[in-house]
Amino acid sequence: MNYNAEMNYMPTVTLNRPVFEKLVGKKLPTDKLKERISMMGTDLEDVTDTEIHVEVFPNRPDWLSEQGFARSFAAFIGEKPGLREYYIKKSGLKVAVDKNVTMRPYTACAIVKNLTFNDERIREIMQVQEKLATTHGRNRKKSAYGIYPLNTIQFPIRYTAKDPKEVLFQPLGFSKKIPASQVEELHPKGKEYRHVAEGWKKYPFFIDSKNNVMCMLPYTNSDDTGKIDEETTEVFIECTGTDMANVKVALSILTTTLADMGGEIYSIDIEYPDRTITTPDLAPTKMEFDLGYINKRLGLSLSEKEASTLLARMNYGYENGYALIPAYRADILHQVDLLEDIAIAYGYENFEEILPKVATIAMEAPFEVFRRKMALLLTGLGFLETASYHLIEEETQTRKMLVQAGDPTGPHHPVKVLDPVSLEYNSLRSWMLPCLLHILQRNRHQEYPQNLFETGRVFKKEAVSETKTEEKECLAVVLCHQTADITSVRQVYDYLLRMLKLQEKSMIEETAHPSFIPGRAGKGMISATPLAVWGEVHPAVLEKFGISQPVAALELDLTALWNLLEK
Amino acid sequence: MNKSGLHLLVSSLHPLERKLLPHLKQGASVEELCAASGMQEVEVIRAIQWLSNKDILQITSKDVESIELDQNGKAYLQKGLPERRFLTYLARQKKPVPLHDLEQHASLDPTEIQACIGILKRKNSISFLPDKTIKMTKEGETFLSTESPEERILKDIHQGKAVAVSECKGLLQRKNLITVVIKKKREISLTKLGQELAKEDITGINVIDRLTPTIIQEKTWEGRPFRRYDVKINVPPISGGRRHFVNQATDYIKQIWLDLGFVEMTGNMAQTAFWDLDALFVPQDHPARAMQDTFYLGEKTPVYGDLPAAYRDIKTVHESGGNTGSRGWQAPWNEEEARRVLLRTHTTVLSAQTLAKLKKEDLPAKFFNVGRVFRNEALDWKHLFEFHQVDGIVIDPDANLKHLKGYLKLFFRKMGYPDARIRPAHFPYTEPSCEVDVWHPVHKQWIELGGAGIFRPEVVVPLLGIDVPVLAWGLGLERIISEYYQFTDLRELYGNDIKKLREIPLWMR
Repeated sequence: MNYNAEMNYMPTVTLNRPVFEKLVGKKLPTDKLKERISMMGTDLEDVTDTEIHVEVFPNRPDWLSEQGFARSFAAFIGEKPGLREYYIKKSGLKVAVDKNVTMRPYTACAIVKNLTFNDERIREIMQVQEKLATTHGRNRKKSAYGIYPLNTIQFPIRYTAKDPKEVLFQPLGFSKKIPASQVEELHPKGKEYRHVAEGWKKYPFFIDSKNNVMCMLPYTNSDDTGKIDEETTEVFIECTGTDMANVKVALSILTTTLADMGGEIYSIDIEYPDRTITTPDLAPTKMEFDLGYINKRLGLSLSEKEASTLLARMNYGYENGYALIPAYRADILHQVDLLEDIAIAYGYENFEEILPKVATIAMEAPFEVFRRKMALLLTGLGFLETASYHLIEEETQTRKMLVQAGDPTGPHHPVKVLDPVSLEYNSLRSWMLPCLLHILQRNRHQEYPQNLFETGRVFKKEAVSETKTEEKECLAVVLCHQTADITSVRQVYDYLLRMLKLQEKSMIEETAHPSFIPGRAGKGMISATPLAVWGEVHPAVLEKFGISQPVAALELDLTALWNLLEK
Repeated sequence: MNKSGLHLLVSSLHPLERKLLPHLKQGASVEELCAASGMQEVEVIRAIQWLSNKDILQITSKDVESIELDQNGKAYLQKGLPERRFLTYLARQKKPVPLHDLEQHASLDPTEIQACIGILKRKNSISFLPDKTIKMTKEGETFLSTESPEERILKDIHQGKAVAVSECKGLLQRKNLITVVIKKKREISLTKLGQELAKEDITGINVIDRLTPTIIQEKTWEGRPFRRYDVKINVPPISGGRRHFVNQATDYIKQIWLDLGFVEMTGNMAQTAFWDLDALFVPQDHPARAMQDTFYLGEKTPVYGDLPAAYRDIKTVHESGGNTGSRGWQAPWNEEEARRVLLRTHTTVLSAQTLAKLKKEDLPAKFFNVGRVFRNEALDWKHLFEFHQVDGIVIDPDANLKHLKGYLKLFFRKMGYPDARIRPAHFPYTEPSCEVDVWHPVHKQWIELGGAGIFRPEVVVPLLGIDVPVLAWGLGLERIISEYYQFTDLRELYGNDIKKLREIPLWMR
């Protein structure tokens, strides 16, 4: 469960408050307005006298416009509940889709007339179009949209793919025509969305009957046909993309937004090579639902009438056990989606809090109990527990420890992450000791002795498991003071084994380990299982960490130790 | 003060105080007290300070100028003032001597010779002959046979006799002979209590200082008073081994869920996208997946893991809804995308894996986990790239939204937030979805601390096999812990500042 608010993908939409209130048909005091907006289902950023800033969740692209947001809000507060009907007149005009637009095969188009534009309206419509393409259109990859003053274009229109070297047009904001093949280098949108067209040899274009290029997808409209201004009263809208349902929802959102501005919607016939469809299609879809199922999950006992009233508060229609879903809703996959909207209309705040009396038997994970007991032993010995990150800079656990990183089969070839924001955390720790030395390094000005321990997950590459990564738990202990030596750290190791009744089976060997002083490093085993290394850390390592007190250290494989215990 | 009062007072004296007590005299200076008691100066100073704290005496201190020998002064005291050595040389030659002769043989350095000529000429002890040789005068002979005032002063200073600064004008002008130092002169004046105490004979009071094994074994404590200590005195701080404060908090949080009958889940931190995202019905083109804030494992190329045998059920649910009653995302599901290995973005991945292992017979069941999750972003005061999440699931055919609110409210009450609310949100894997806010009693506002909801059938059915309500939550911890310890910077949580680890107060919930 991630926090949405921390996520960068949620678009913030700025609504003009007076426009919004006029659309809603009711003015609410700021406090009430804030509270109601939150309880309808957006992350509210701020409300001022003139503006409302909200973060819109990705399942409600229809809320990216003042009109869409106000439509829902008016229903939610009971002002204008129910399914809003939109009338579509036939224009009889045609868009022909060429069979060569395989890279972006779908389009849905419409005309909206009787509009009045001013600066504010133009800002609104630009905002919707842009934010919709970012979220619903997945940065134009899944779909993108264009709006044109109707009087600049001539029907019928062709949607066709062309070699960009053979097309000359004037992109939005440019003063002269350029070859379309240069758009990716010269036009800001060409640079920005280049990745969408990766691998394309031809690009889709809308071209009108006078052979004027209307736009190049997925980049830009042309300057002479694609600019709305205050004189505009009638527009042509095209939505294109790789997913028909997505494209149709986008068109529904745009046309209903313009209709709520006072526009009249006209349909377009889209002639695909194999069939002709008429868009937009604003007829609601029907979904049957089981009120018993919904009541049980919500802990309510709503009657059919109550349920239909609540659905109306969320702009649904209702007909004999079926919800009528507005065409601009793309997020209703299952009756649980209706269930949520019923819950929102009912008010999350109106559900009582019940702690059910369900008897289940608690169990702490056995290893976690063991870990805590080990920690208690060590704190009893006077060690301070630390808490490090699992990600550390690779060289801290290799070069600074005098351990070779190059050998892929070696014990210290760390697991790395792709494209870390900072090099300070570019690898997963393969052992714990470097983390503790890193802590000693940063506490050189603090009082000694500094005796520390930490338990935690370490990571290693391997070939067999589901994630190709071995994870196990380790314990590291350091003693850092004037007289820290191998004896004092060995005492810790022996003490832990003694407390686990394992000392009888303990076997010890001298070991050569590059991080420790030769002849002052021991390796501990139980039967044939290697368990630990300890010793006096080599002064060359201490120097790399800038530590000027002796350090005696222990690295213990807690997973191996745990597996040895009789349980 | 009566006798027993005085005795009580005597028995609370430190050995140094007791040692000094018989030697206290009205107006005595520290030096005098040292001489009288045979104690070190530092001991006397400590003793009179403590005695003054007990209102037995008062210390007056004033600045006194005194004169001390400087390095040349000390040297000349040994080998004689340069002017005396100058004249001695002249006397030994028994005839006028040219300057260069003096320079070479009189063991005086050139600056000393220049100074000597000035001084001796002023005293008429030498004269220059026309041939530029130097001759000793009668006055010079007198000078040699007597002690000069300068020599007497140096000797007096050396012997510690009082010398007035006014007497030393000439010597002060000469280089590094003597210096004036300002010293604190401490004198004591006995209070009324002090005067009474000074009259008291305390030699008979044999107090016990430190209790030793010998005293106990030999019972020599019997009939003797123990020295009374000042129990209010400050003592040096100590610190010891202890758990990290974040772990103290997570242990507490674990206990909350254990008390409610929850079973702890554990699992890997590295996970396939399949478990972290696909099993939770996150569409493959969900904007959060494309964002750069997930840590994928790999070096230049991604690490690809394996999919579990039952992955096709998940694929079907994504593409068409399968047997869940859902439409699914109506988009092709890519296996390779699901095989990428990442560092878990939420511990909800463990909830998904738990559901996959759970048997229908084991219902109802409740699970929790408190674990680290990862996010690839820059570290700053309000962002960490690793942090904790508290996850919980309740799998119960009778569970409903009211129960979810009940669990959340109880949890946050135990975390010190009296009120919690849920409000609508969106997650791809829950329906309904909620954002969880708690009321901040100090800031008087709602703060967001997590997400919750009931898992969608598209999540539950493929994993568990049946459509049962599964209440689920994922709550943030770092903010709560920071609030508790009043940190303003999240980095303090894992800064491992040893002073902080030693001194931070206990987690007391």
